[in-house]
Amino acid sequence: MSTHNKNSRLFENALVKGALKQSFIKLKPGVMIKNPVMFTVYIGTIIMLGVCCWIAGGESAQGSLAYNVTIFTVLLLTLLFANFAEAIAEARGKAQADSLRKTREDTPAKLVSRALSNVSGNAETTHHSPLTTHKLVPSSQLVKGDLFLCEAGDTIPMDGEIIKGIATIDESAITGESAPVIREAGGDKSSVTGGTKVLSDQITVRVTTAPGESFLDKMIALVEGASRQKTPNEIALTILLASFTIIFLIVCVTLKPFADYANTPITIAAFVSLYVCLIPTTIGGLLSAIGIAGMDRALRANVITKSGKAVETAGDLDTLLLDKTGTITIGNRKATNFYPANGVTAATFTEACALSSIADQTPEGKSIIELAKLDTNKLNTNGAKFVEFTAETRSSGIDLPGGIKIRKGAFDSIKNMVTKAGNAFPDETAESVKTISSNGGTPLVVSQNDKVLGVIELQDIIKPGISERFERLRKMGVKTVMVTGDNPLTAKFIAEKAGVDDFIAEAKPEDKMNYIKMEQQGGKLVAMMGDGTNDAPALAQADVGVTMNSGTAAAKEAGNMVDLDNDPTKLIEIVEIGKQLLMTRGTLTTFSIANDVAKYFAIVPALFITSIPALQSLNIMKLHSPESAVLSAVIFNAIIIPMLIPLALKGVAYKPIGASALLRRNLLIYGLGGVIVPFIGIKLIDLIVALFV
Amino acid sequence: MNTELTGVIVTFLLTVIIAYPLGKYIAKVFAGERTITDFMNPLERFFFRISGIDASKGMNWKEFLKSMLAINMLWLFYAFFLLLNQSHLLMNPDGNPDMTPDLGFNTAISFLVNCNLQHYSGESGLTYLTQLFVINFLMFVSAATGIAGAVALFNGLKHKTTDNLGNFFAIFTKSITRILLPLSIVVAIILAFNGSPASFDGKDSIVTLQGDTVGVSRGPAAGMIAIKHIGTNGGGWFGANSSHPLENPNYFTNMVELVAQMIIPIAMLFALGFYIKRKKFAYIIFAMMTIGMLFLIVPTINWEMAGSPAIEKLGVLQSSGAMEGKEVRFGAAASGYWSIVTTIISTGSVNSMHDSSMPLSGMMQMLGMLINAFYGGCGVGILNYFIYIIIAVFIGGLMVGRTPEFMGHKVEAREVKIAALVTLLSAFLIKGGTALAAYYFVQHGNVVWAVQPANWLNNPGNHGFSEMFYEFTSANANNGSGFEGLGDNNIFWNVTTGFVLILGRFLPIIGPIAIIGLLAKKKYIPASSGTLKVDSLTFGILTFAIIIIITALSYFPPLVLGPIAEYLGM
Repeated sequence: MSTHNKNSRLFENALVKGALKQSFIKLKPGVMIKNPVMFTVYIGTIIMLGVCCWIAGGESAQGSLAYNVTIFTVLLLTLLFANFAEAIAEARGKAQADSLRKTREDTPAKLVSRALSNVSGNAETTHHSPLTTHKLVPSSQLVKGDLFLCEAGDTIPMDGEIIKGIATIDESAITGESAPVIREAGGDKSSVTGGTKVLSDQITVRVTTAPGESFLDKMIALVEGASRQKTPNEIALTILLASFTIIFLIVCVTLKPFADYANTPITIAAFVSLYVCLIPTTIGGLLSAIGIAGMDRALRANVITKSGKAVETAGDLDTLLLDKTGTITIGNRKATNFYPANGVTAATFTEACALSSIADQTPEGKSIIELAKLDTNKLNTNGAKFVEFTAETRSSGIDLPGGIKIRKGAFDSIKNMVTKAGNAFPDETAESVKTISSNGGTPLVVSQNDKVLGVIELQDIIKPGISERFERLRKMGVKTVMVTGDNPLTAKFIAEKAGVDDFIAEAKPEDKMNYIKMEQQGGKLVAMMGDGTNDAPALAQADVGVTMNSGTAAAKEAGNMVDLDNDPTKLIEIVEIGKQLLMTRGTLTTFSIANDVAKYFAIVPALFITSIPALQSLNIMKLHSPESAVLSAVIFNAIIIPMLIPLALKGVAYKPIGASALLRRNLLIYGLGGVIVPFIGIKLIDLIVALFV
Repeated sequence: MNTELTGVIVTFLLTVIIAYPLGKYIAKVFAGERTITDFMNPLERFFFRISGIDASKGMNWKEFLKSMLAINMLWLFYAFFLLLNQSHLLMNPDGNPDMTPDLGFNTAISFLVNCNLQHYSGESGLTYLTQLFVINFLMFVSAATGIAGAVALFNGLKHKTTDNLGNFFAIFTKSITRILLPLSIVVAIILAFNGSPASFDGKDSIVTLQGDTVGVSRGPAAGMIAIKHIGTNGGGWFGANSSHPLENPNYFTNMVELVAQMIIPIAMLFALGFYIKRKKFAYIIFAMMTIGMLFLIVPTINWEMAGSPAIEKLGVLQSSGAMEGKEVRFGAAASGYWSIVTTIISTGSVNSMHDSSMPLSGMMQMLGMLINAFYGGCGVGILNYFIYIIIAVFIGGLMVGRTPEFMGHKVEAREVKIAALVTLLSAFLIKGGTALAAYYFVQHGNVVWAVQPANWLNNPGNHGFSEMFYEFTSANANNGSGFEGLGDNNIFWNVTTGFVLILGRFLPIIGPIAIIGLLAKKKYIPASSGTLKVDSLTFGILTFAIIIIITALSYFPPLVLGPIAEYLGM
């Protein structure tokens, strides 16, 4: 999972303390009723409290006071444990978000101009002309639309968009990445985040989010439960659990006339205990914790989600759209080989290549110099004139004083130039060009005075380990699509080499959109990652749109997740987090229901053993007495909740081994395990309980 | 091997061998392909023309259900009216009286819903007219209604996205003309040649060896006995049902009736595979249902052949097994086999008295009805199984890390809600009913009814509890068999089981059809390697486990108080 280790311990002391307090606060009926399964336990607990009072008042047919008080206490603990699970999940999420937010609180902001929307409401600033000076205000007073200034050494007070200037920024506070990044006005890298630090230069920034409405704020609100809504899948599961609860309510209610028929008095404590043991309290108690923990895990991977639903959807993704550059390949292309034409020596060619690239500041140009391994200072470039790359000539180069013109450029543009001058294009070079292209490389032909000298091979470097990740995705059933501006031939080669399933070559922004729509029409769920404003429509169209934190405000608004690390491979982690979330729900539901088998075998014989002694042979755990059997079952039912909190928070491990194998594995562990574990657990607890009763 | 066991195994194999081509044929009939019964075409067109039905017009799930429920309602009133006035109508050679309103209510519903719980005896409770035009008629149409429901499910599964579940009237009519009628004719002829009566004369009289003159009821029984099994109805012409020598004369007719009641439920599974072109999906369901059946049948036959431990304690040799309540011409094995077959597939006809089965055999019979989906009734069995599939899909889907989907359609809150309600309903009806009965028995034993609650049970104690539980289980499962030790012809049982019958019939048809209607309308999601495969053995086992767990958890207490306590106390 994530390489970030913030708060890697599950239970920090401070968090636990807060969560314990919350467990009691959450006992308010208004909060409890949101969880129908646990709410019925709540009613059961109140009934038991009543029974305890009744017995204290002299009733004698309901068993001893100590026994009833114990049952009441265990039920109360069951509620508290469930509340604690939710509280600790909330606390962890909140702590994580707080640590991100802390940096940006109460940073002084150099306010340049008030937002226009503010103007009408504020008489003082009505006639405010654009200022060259600024006044200092606390960041908490900034509103959406305000302009503020940041200079070298300043901490950026609020999320915003650069409208003027360029600066290097240290984003390590958020991403943990120490290398500074460049942000500038206009284009796709104009967004800055509150809490990051300007290292050089000066920028003017417009506030894009109102205080308390940044993505982080929204996320914190989601985690805290104020605006948390149940996701569709959570609702469906709640319905299923509620129906199980009703089935068991029917079991317990009808048991009364059945017991009367069998002449067996059953105490209220036994009825309530049987009921609480049978209903799916384990999953019911952990359900909301699982959901929060999902968002929490996303945050731990430095991804801010706008809703719990987005995390859930991520588990269902069928198709991932990934940009080639930066995701599949490392940064830019690199020169890997020189192929001189016949009659040209390697040394001559290498020197020509180096000369042609001396003024070339593109990463490709630099890599050519690197590959040439020549001391550039020794090259005689006095009086040389550099020829910039233009879209028209599609070549660049250098004019040396001796009338030597060296050009390098795309195959067809150089070929045009050469053939126009009446020279032949050498066959062996044409051959090299073809080979390079079909190997996924980009050929750059170099000419001197309209004669071909040879060809440089530029290659994409595929990130190490990326094909294994794609293989893992394929096993999960997720199709990967590479998006690239390369020609189809190159794209195909890289696609095959990296192991992606499909590619979009010569991609224009609308191509992404069309591809997403096409996949969605086929019923698939698509995710993409983007940063630019021109990505925004596609991000909005995608089922999961992850925007890089460096992206524009429009792009962030369009997507439903923001990746603070600007790491395009993050999508893969997000898919796993989504799957883990759903799996944790499924396995704990299975476990919870499977537990009931053992509980029946503990409680039912205990209820009827006095009137039907033959039922002793159903007491297969050989529990000590009817009271100890009931107590052991309720205690097991209560303590299984805290025991499973770590699993609920961390999530069930996802293994890409195919759906059927995964189902078999989880059925064995949580289904069969869920049947066996409580037999052992209840027996052990009974051995201890027997010491006291 | 023991010839008794061989007989049972041969009967089952014969059933499967006949069901396979029958399934292929059923798929063809509903796909509109050419079949050998195309000569029925003009007749069907004639029916559609006189009733103004456009059989080619598709129906969405709501229209389909409306048509089905409306016509069923009509039949209910028709049947109720005839039963209450039968003594004044034709064909009553034995001079049998009208039914009481509560008995008429119960009987009309009981046959309408394919249950055939009988709180009367056919010989004295019905006339030939009502036997033929109420009982026999309802046996055909209720079976056809069930088949139509299953075909609606098939239609929803067949297409990637569709609103059209087929035309109810067209499917219903074809179910009768192409499937039920031809099969019944074959079976009726076999029965008639083996001695089942097919005559309109009144009682015959014979002089017994002792010299007494005994009136023997007769009638046009062979035809009814045929459809009673073909349509998994189960209501007997005679009170003693298929243990009566005229209703089931010999071991051969016993085999025929066993095959007859099981072939449509099994054939419908094969038909599903052929019709939606996913044979593996159907085979897995067939395998799981068969395993389920074996879980019930093998121990039952074993217990019945071993004989009663109570008698063994007396030192009496029981070489032929537990023969109380059984017919010597069938033996313990075939009787045990029948008792499970008739309970798992909702026929409810009996060739031995279930009241006299060993306690745990009785539990197996109850489990067959509680699950009601190991093959299950004519058409409806597959609908019941479908509900379990939806729950399995939901839990299994989550366990593989995707939001659950079934055959490319997302299973969401609405579908889960319906499936959960249907599951809940059985638990509520069966246990609620039994609880009410137990309450009356204990608290109001002296209410002045035809049979006072205190006198309901031939055997008080655990067995008496089983009798009451069995009655409601049978009513909810639309099975119709009974633990006959129960005094059930009084207003309590007639009315309560009447309501259980009608709810237990129609909600489990409405639920699955609504689910498939909702699912089929949704966008189709192509499967990937991360998708839960519903035609895998693993998923089959998951569904099976869900069935066992839900049933066990819902009914553990009553089963403990009834058959298990009785067994442990023996």
